[in-house]
Amino acid sequence: MSGEIATTAAEATAPRRTAPIGLLVSAITSIRQLVVPLVVAGVALRDNPFGFGGLAGILVLILLANVGAAYLRWLRLTYTTGAEDIRVESGIISRAARSVPYERIQDVSLEQKLLPRLFGLVEVKFETGAGGADDLKLAYLLESQGEELRQLIRERRDEVEASTETDGSEDTGTVQEDHGDTVFSMDTKRLTTFGFFEFSLAVFAVLGGLLQYVDTFVGIELWDVDLWQGWIESQSGWLSSFGFIAQIAGIVAGIITLLIVGSATGLIRTFLRDWGFVLEKTARGFRRRRGLFTRTDVVMPVHRVQALVLGTGWLRYRFGWHSLKFVSLAQDAGSSSHVVAPFAQIEEIDPIIRAAKFDPPSNDLDWRHASRKYRFDSAAIEGGIFALIALILAVLIGTGTIGSGFAYAAFIPLIPLALSIFFTFANLYAWQFHRHALSASQVFGRKGLLSPATRIASRVKLHSVEIVQGPIAQRRGYATLHLGLAGGSFSIPGLPIERALELKSAILDSIASRDFSALA
Amino acid sequence: MDENTETAPAAAAPPATSETEAASTPAVDGHGDDQALTELHPNYKSALRVEATITSIPFIIGALVLEAQSILPQASIIAPVALIALAFIIRLPSRRFHARGYAMSTDRLRVVRGILFRHDTVVPFGRVQHIDVNQGPIERFFGIATLTLHTAGSHNASVKLPGLGEQLARDMREEIRSHIKREAL
Repeated sequence: MSGEIATTAAEATAPRRTAPIGLLVSAITSIRQLVVPLVVAGVALRDNPFGFGGLAGILVLILLANVGAAYLRWLRLTYTTGAEDIRVESGIISRAARSVPYERIQDVSLEQKLLPRLFGLVEVKFETGAGGADDLKLAYLLESQGEELRQLIRERRDEVEASTETDGSEDTGTVQEDHGDTVFSMDTKRLTTFGFFEFSLAVFAVLGGLLQYVDTFVGIELWDVDLWQGWIESQSGWLSSFGFIAQIAGIVAGIITLLIVGSATGLIRTFLRDWGFVLEKTARGFRRRRGLFTRTDVVMPVHRVQALVLGTGWLRYRFGWHSLKFVSLAQDAGSSSHVVAPFAQIEEIDPIIRAAKFDPPSNDLDWRHASRKYRFDSAAIEGGIFALIALILAVLIGTGTIGSGFAYAAFIPLIPLALSIFFTFANLYAWQFHRHALSASQVFGRKGLLSPATRIASRVKLHSVEIVQGPIAQRRGYATLHLGLAGGSFSIPGLPIERALELKSAILDSIASRDFSALA
Repeated sequence: MDENTETAPAAAAPPATSETEAASTPAVDGHGDDQALTELHPNYKSALRVEATITSIPFIIGALVLEAQSILPQASIIAPVALIALAFIIRLPSRRFHARGYAMSTDRLRVVRGILFRHDTVVPFGRVQHIDVNQGPIERFFGIATLTLHTAGSHNASVKLPGLGEQLARDMREEIRSHIKREAL
């Protein structure tokens, strides 16, 4: 290990250890964690005269072990502030060395919990684009050391920013548009239409759940086939006494009720969520406000938009309605993508796409399909699974292993068989709607037969490219392309291997042309 | 290599700037998409074997316990389990070793892995957020290390390259880090 210290130390400063007082904090923390088990053990052993002696012994042992381990950890944890990166090496048995270049540090936060605060210690966190759990942490440093470190990193970052400012300035020039141009908004009429398309029978799912809950009390097996069969048989006599017209009327009334309840659910949910929907383009980026009772106000800087998702629904698609989402890292908002136009016609969406500095998909692009072998294989696999289920069911029912009590048992295997045929043809047919395209600055991927969704990613804003081939794909010469997108996923399945390689090298060249720090 | 990082980034041809590094870092000019893969450290195969042995011990013990109950004819449990374990310890590490490889070029690292599911991942240095060099106890014994590149993408948030010689892993880290600096300027 002396070798590693020699190589890192040569840079600028020697490896440093965290504040030794931190050991005291970890010792106290370990005692605090022992309090509950101690009390429990103390109560359990209160009548045993030797219990307390033994307990004290065990306590001392555990404490020594904890402090010993903490000491070793402290001894083996060093950090180095080099010329270009900050580096932390740690671990007693396993060794871990993390290097974070200054250019990648977006923020340095100093955190003080109660106990460290009493000793004047801080935990220093270095936030990078990788985000979350993978970030670098240093616990604990003296307050002065922490502040010094933060200062140092700010200085290093400023040096870099000053040098990149030149090519960023023209960008900011074009962003200086007048404040608050409304890009998209929805009036009550639009919301009402939207609400009807948001038709939802979720209420019935909730009711169904309640019923299931109730039946354990009522004592009727709601899911028992025999019960229902008996009920239908007994009721059909009663129903038929009303005559054919009455039965039809009953069914129609039922359907109307379903429609009313479903539409009302959709309308209420839509009005609550999207009331007064306004999307504006301001100097700071896109600003979205919406909501009836809880009004939200979100600002998304344009450069943070990593990709766009253009979605729709199977029915609204027939009427030309689409939705647009921005994919961004946005860890603060909970969900990773922001809806910027929940319900709009393509002519309304195109300007939003352009405002986000993306190009909308067009038919002039060189749209390509997945491999024909992939088409055949996926249809065969999906259809095959259901065909297999149908076969197994047919054999089991045929031999009388299951379903012998059910009159219509012979028809059950027909359900998976029908599904098998459906999925086979759906896959074969859907193939021509799955396509992708590569433009000079963007990647497009389109999926879906009934409700096509198009993903648009900026080539330069991607982070990695991966080609994955499963066992079948290896033999049949196609592959799935996964693109590393911040805050979302983007993959194109079933590409002929030559096309996958072509896309990969084209996209990689775009990525490599600009450094991450020049993206923002 | 210290001179390399200290001096101006304009000193191009990164992989071969200093003789010591040229000997250990098999980086090639051009792009890693079509160039030949570099094999991992031979000790990695041994490390994989040791890991496989440790994993198979509980199964062997379980099989022995079942065998001791003598429910089934003799050796009908331990024999297949032992055979599978042997395949896992001897055959599989060798195949996995040969399925893996990497290629480092002037601006990107390519990592290839997998027998059944082939993964071919490329991370441009310009997208690396931070870099880890990790060594578990087995890796330390065999003098090898795992290099991990962290990116901001949700897919492939961290790309691991295990089975590098310890010094090579450190050299590669320096190399990649120096690119981050260079391209940012």
